[in-house]
Amino acid sequence: MPDSIMPESIENISIALKVNGKSYSRTVEPRKLLVELLREDLDLTGTHVGCDTTYCGACTVLMNGAAVKSCTMFAVQADGAEILTVEGLEKNGELHPIQKAFGDCYGLQCGYCTPGLMLSALQLLSRNQQPTYHDMRKAIAGNTCRCTGYQNILKAIQMAAQNMKGA
Amino acid sequence: MLAQLGEDAKLLAGGQSLIPLMKLRFANPAHLVDMNFISGTSYITEEDGALRFGALTRHAEIEASSAAGKIPILHDCAAGIADVQVRNRGTIGGSLAEADPSGDWATVLMTLSAEVRCLGTTGERTVPLTDFIKDAYTTALAHDELVSEVAVKLPPKGSGGAYLAFKRSAPVYPTASAAVQLTLDGDVCRNAAIALGCVGLTAIRVTDAEAALRGQSLTEKTITRATEASRAAADPQSDTRGSAEYKRTLVGALVKRAIEIAIRRAQGEPVEVGHIYA
Repeated sequence: MPDSIMPESIENISIALKVNGKSYSRTVEPRKLLVELLREDLDLTGTHVGCDTTYCGACTVLMNGAAVKSCTMFAVQADGAEILTVEGLEKNGELHPIQKAFGDCYGLQCGYCTPGLMLSALQLLSRNQQPTYHDMRKAIAGNTCRCTGYQNILKAIQMAAQNMKGA
Repeated sequence: MLAQLGEDAKLLAGGQSLIPLMKLRFANPAHLVDMNFISGTSYITEEDGALRFGALTRHAEIEASSAAGKIPILHDCAAGIADVQVRNRGTIGGSLAEADPSGDWATVLMTLSAEVRCLGTTGERTVPLTDFIKDAYTTALAHDELVSEVAVKLPPKGSGGAYLAFKRSAPVYPTASAAVQLTLDGDVCRNAAIALGCVGLTAIRVTDAEAALRGQSLTEKTITRATEASRAAADPQSDTRGSAEYKRTLVGALVKRAIEIAIRRAQGEPVEVGHIYA
């Protein structure tokens, strides 16, 4: 690998963002990925790194309500943003209806993809209260379950949609 | 800023291709200039019979836009690129500026005779898309220029189009894709534009296939002629997505199906299509 890859000096950048409703200010290297900020600096390790190649969606979080792959954004790009991770789903010790439904439907096996899947499901259900089977499939097309447990995941999203109606 | 930083600087738009390329060290810019904090770069407007897209308009915004929905082929493309997460970040301007041979937008926009507005330190210029894309990963942009806008004319009455891309799974680039845009007058094809994606160094406009349809009534015979011309124009490489012969066969089938859908849409029938999965 050529030496030129590493710059001689890196100027760190100050950012301020909200994660799960809490405000954080940090000074970070500009090349730091959002998922690295979440896991390493903020100790929010619920967001997983699966492939690190923008394929698997394990690192999915919501940024200002939109699902994004946090391995494919720099932390500095989240300056001023509101981020929601799996840790922010639970409220006052109560699981979020999506979390409950994933448990009730056995919508997880090894659990590695689960945080990302739940946040993709949340973007869907916050915009579409009555998703069709096709809508649900399309919503999670960017989330790979290596255990291939998609049937129960789709059942869980369906159940969560029913339980969230009128909520 | 680009002029000051020199040739080692790169613009960061949605980052859904550039960041993965940087991780692989295929791209190794000394400086990144993030366009995302520049306001007024994301918009969809309709005036004087044309749609204009700000360079940083996200695929998801185009997918949800009723204005863009007036040209169904734009919705086909925007709604099918990669997955939800990538569509929330990826941009139309970034896709064209990257000029990946497998990118979706160039193939679709070629059939709409899109124009790309380029902004640089010495001023602005408008470049037809066919001149903008020079080669794989190579555009007409100077290093101190950026894409500011993409414009397409609304097609005349009696028009319909379809974009079909065949993929192995959502997040990957298609194996092959075909864009067809037709204008009909009764049974007769007044105008046709056909472009192929992922089967050459750039999207390929198939003028022979267009000529096979133009002025003709669209029968099985003329459609077959256009499909054969498309197969002949494809210049695919064998790779992990499939052999060259497989892709050539696939792209022919996609063109045929896209023509059939374009005809139905031109006749006013709403047809839902999406990217096709293996």
